[in-house]
Amino acid sequence: MLGMVVVSVLATIVGIAISLAIDWFPPQASTAAEDIDLLWDVLMIASVPIFVLVMSVAIYSVLLFRAKPGDLSDGAPIHGNTRLEIVWVTIPFIMVSALAAYGWVVLNDIEEKQANDMVVNVTAQQFAWRFDYPDDGKVKSNQLVLAKDRPVEFHVRTEDVLHAFWVPEFRLKTDTVPGLTTQIRVTPSKIGEYEVVCTELCGLGHSTMRQNVRVVSQEEFDTWLSEEQKQEQGEQASAAGGDQASEGKRVFTEDGCASCHSLADAESASRIGPGLDDLGDTARRMGKRHGQSPAQYVRAAIANPDASLTRDFNAGVMPTDFEKRLSPAEIDTLVKYLLSVSGGSK
Amino acid sequence: MTVTKQPARPPAHDRPTLAGRLWAPGWIRAALSQPLSFLVALALTVGIRAAYKYDPLFDWDAITTVALITMPLGFIVGIGCFDYWFRWASGAPTIAEDHSGHGAKTWKDYFRVNTDHKVIGIQYIITTFFFFIVGGLMAMVVRAELAQPGTQFVDPNTYNGLFSVHASLMIFLFIIPVFAGIANYVIPLMIGAPDMAFPRLNALSFWMLPTAGVMMMASFFAEGGAFATGWTAYAPLSTETPIGQQFFTIGVQFAGASSIATALNFLVTIITMRAPGMTFWRMPLLVWANFTTSLLVVIATPFIAGSQFFVLLDRSLGMNFFNQAAGGDVLMYQHVFWFYSHPAVYIMMLPGFGIVSEVISTHARKPVFGYRMMAFSLVAIVILGFTVWAHHMFVSGMHNWLRVPMMITTMLIAVPTGIKIFSWLATLWRGVIHLTTPMLFALGFITMFTLGGISGIILAVIPVVIHVSDTYFIVAHIHYVLFGGSVFTIFAGLYHWFPKMTGRMYDERLGKAHFWLSFIFFNLTFGPMHFVGIDGMPRRVADYADEFATMNALISVSSFFFGLSFLVFLYNMITSWRNGPKAVANPWRAHSIEWQVSSPPPIFNFDEIPTVVGGPYEYGVPGAVHAVFKDVPVPAKAKPAPAGGGGAPPPTE
Repeated sequence: MLGMVVVSVLATIVGIAISLAIDWFPPQASTAAEDIDLLWDVLMIASVPIFVLVMSVAIYSVLLFRAKPGDLSDGAPIHGNTRLEIVWVTIPFIMVSALAAYGWVVLNDIEEKQANDMVVNVTAQQFAWRFDYPDDGKVKSNQLVLAKDRPVEFHVRTEDVLHAFWVPEFRLKTDTVPGLTTQIRVTPSKIGEYEVVCTELCGLGHSTMRQNVRVVSQEEFDTWLSEEQKQEQGEQASAAGGDQASEGKRVFTEDGCASCHSLADAESASRIGPGLDDLGDTARRMGKRHGQSPAQYVRAAIANPDASLTRDFNAGVMPTDFEKRLSPAEIDTLVKYLLSVSGGSK
Repeated sequence: MTVTKQPARPPAHDRPTLAGRLWAPGWIRAALSQPLSFLVALALTVGIRAAYKYDPLFDWDAITTVALITMPLGFIVGIGCFDYWFRWASGAPTIAEDHSGHGAKTWKDYFRVNTDHKVIGIQYIITTFFFFIVGGLMAMVVRAELAQPGTQFVDPNTYNGLFSVHASLMIFLFIIPVFAGIANYVIPLMIGAPDMAFPRLNALSFWMLPTAGVMMMASFFAEGGAFATGWTAYAPLSTETPIGQQFFTIGVQFAGASSIATALNFLVTIITMRAPGMTFWRMPLLVWANFTTSLLVVIATPFIAGSQFFVLLDRSLGMNFFNQAAGGDVLMYQHVFWFYSHPAVYIMMLPGFGIVSEVISTHARKPVFGYRMMAFSLVAIVILGFTVWAHHMFVSGMHNWLRVPMMITTMLIAVPTGIKIFSWLATLWRGVIHLTTPMLFALGFITMFTLGGISGIILAVIPVVIHVSDTYFIVAHIHYVLFGGSVFTIFAGLYHWFPKMTGRMYDERLGKAHFWLSFIFFNLTFGPMHFVGIDGMPRRVADYADEFATMNALISVSSFFFGLSFLVFLYNMITSWRNGPKAVANPWRAHSIEWQVSSPPPIFNFDEIPTVVGGPYEYGVPGAVHAVFKDVPVPAKAKPAPAGGGGAPPPTE
């Protein structure tokens, strides 16, 4: 008995030491990460003794009370012990109540609204993320850039199905839900490069739905922001000035095409959908078969992708609502751009 | 035993004419029913589309959907589940039940509609293990794909299909029904009943199962591949994916209907068919466990049926339950789904609790410690189990205020679960422990389930969940609970009742080898998943970041050995059933009633109805008996059990 107690106390100490020594989490890159990692350590300290207790009683029972060969006797006819039962109802009750209270406190801390926070709108779609900074000159971007120590409030939306917005180093996550804008608050605390990871199964490209996050110093962030603003104005000007190629490329990369289709001109290499570098040929051939011009064919394939499947690709993968998401003018520009960079506008 | 070889048939079918043979219930008629019911689906769909002047006339998605409903029904009718009721409903003279269909004399008798609960129990177990093997092989392919980052064996669509069908088969076609199978065999014997309350309903429940399982497997042949939205089938992804999804949506209806019908059957059987003297407080804990499980099934399963009907209606009839653009509510799917699927976790665990109580008490030769608290804690889990569903939705975007109450109720479930764990440990203490295979699995269960329970507590603490939800930590947790928990208890139960079911003993050495191999490789497979999950690897991905490569390679290799360990079990079961040494009636010297009859039991269970005179676990109490048969002299007075014991005073009826 004494041996058992000594061994289990030692095992508990060793177990707690190991559980604290293990580097469980990715690096901490937000203020919430510290709180959550500390909460985890407390949970480990509370869990290890319970597990060791169960293991020790089980192992010691087997060692002490194992039947000798041929032993047909029965054990002690003990039916219960009210005092013991009260103990093992009360102690777990107190433990979980305390842990729940502590969890609640941490939850309030990490979700508290910060003064001076910056809103970033996040838009998810199969299988890409877009970010815009409504407070700071309405910048739109494909990568998430944040300033160290500047609190952020993410407003997260989706254009199609459920996704989940997660940056492991920040420890924070929220689903994106059609019809809702979900919010999370983060204060980045460490300069570095991370990834937004989609964690809610969203279709074939789910495992590729990742995008870069950069946490930079405030100065660097400001520089980036003003450059983006300039670039944006430039693009708008060129689009207004009829630079259809760059506008088409913008639609291709920003409105989701690039997250599934490869296209050398747009530096996209994704292989979820058919590659578009030889779209010109395909469109000419298929268009002829259906009595359409190449442009008509491409247009129809964008509006109703399942009707014009290529070999090795399945129906139901490509969203069928691009005709709604994009304006007719945008689709025109996109079609022209696609044909122009894939040898289809000869 | 006055069993005729052939089941009784109406006079018209007595002559072995060709038509008679085709018309007789069985596999030929079931096979014929398939093209017929497909034609019905085709005619119905095309007819309606023609009437509405829809174009195109042949919409294969619509035809497939209707065929998914008519073909399983055709099969169930063809195999003969409805014959008695059809005759009765049409006013034709019913065939008097002469019980000639009871029992199984050859293996062929397991392949026809049989109303004997013992035959049905074995049908359930074999069928569910078939799906267990199929689901397990799918897991092997998944692990092969995940052994390295990048795409190796399967494309993302097949991959998503594989883990979705794997989980659906394991949950709906293995764990839930295999418990129903074990209980089907054991419960009537345990409570001293000759059969289940509704034997024909029992047969119908069983035959709905294979249709559901085959449907889910067949989804791989659907255009666009198998359903690939996980077993959770979250809308709106599930309302937009190709036709394979319908195989899940409709398959779940058949599995669910089977589950509900069985649960009703258990409830009525347990409430009305207990032997004289078998009060509720003298019932073995397995009976308690199945009683509470059946309550859960009856109350909760209609919710998943509802959630899948919504998806079906959205997909097939263009309704907009989950189309937010038309006013639908996407989160509603998750609320309805988890209102079933969290209690489903207990549907998959409570029967295992019952098995473990039987096994530990019997093989440690001690009364179950705190019997009444063990029963009350089951009831507490049933009630609390309905108040925690939204802990699956902490990051779903639901109302924020709902999270904290759900965290608290979730953590409170640790209290009744803790009562069970500690009571089993106290049952072991000062027992006479026989380390037989069922006992090893029960001990493995206690330790592994404790780990799964601890990660369960962690998964109630919202700030941690925000980080780990939808990661491999969840995959690790669910496998600790469902494999280290449920499946270990299933193995414990099968080894424990194998002698009773087959009349043969299994090979103890192979049984122990099976335990140690699966215990070790189980931990090597699922243990590391905790680490990769917390470290940032999301679940349900065909590809992952290179930093997780080493761990995943280790997990995959372990999982292959884990899969191989199952072959030891399979070999043991098959060879022992054929050639194992004959089992005596009561090899474990247990007190409960099923062990007081021969192995396997007589066709009608009892030549004489037993009378229950005391608690089921009175090991070590001098002179204590649980039940007596009339021709055995009743002991002068069964010793009243001390507080907390199973021996409530006899009712004063």
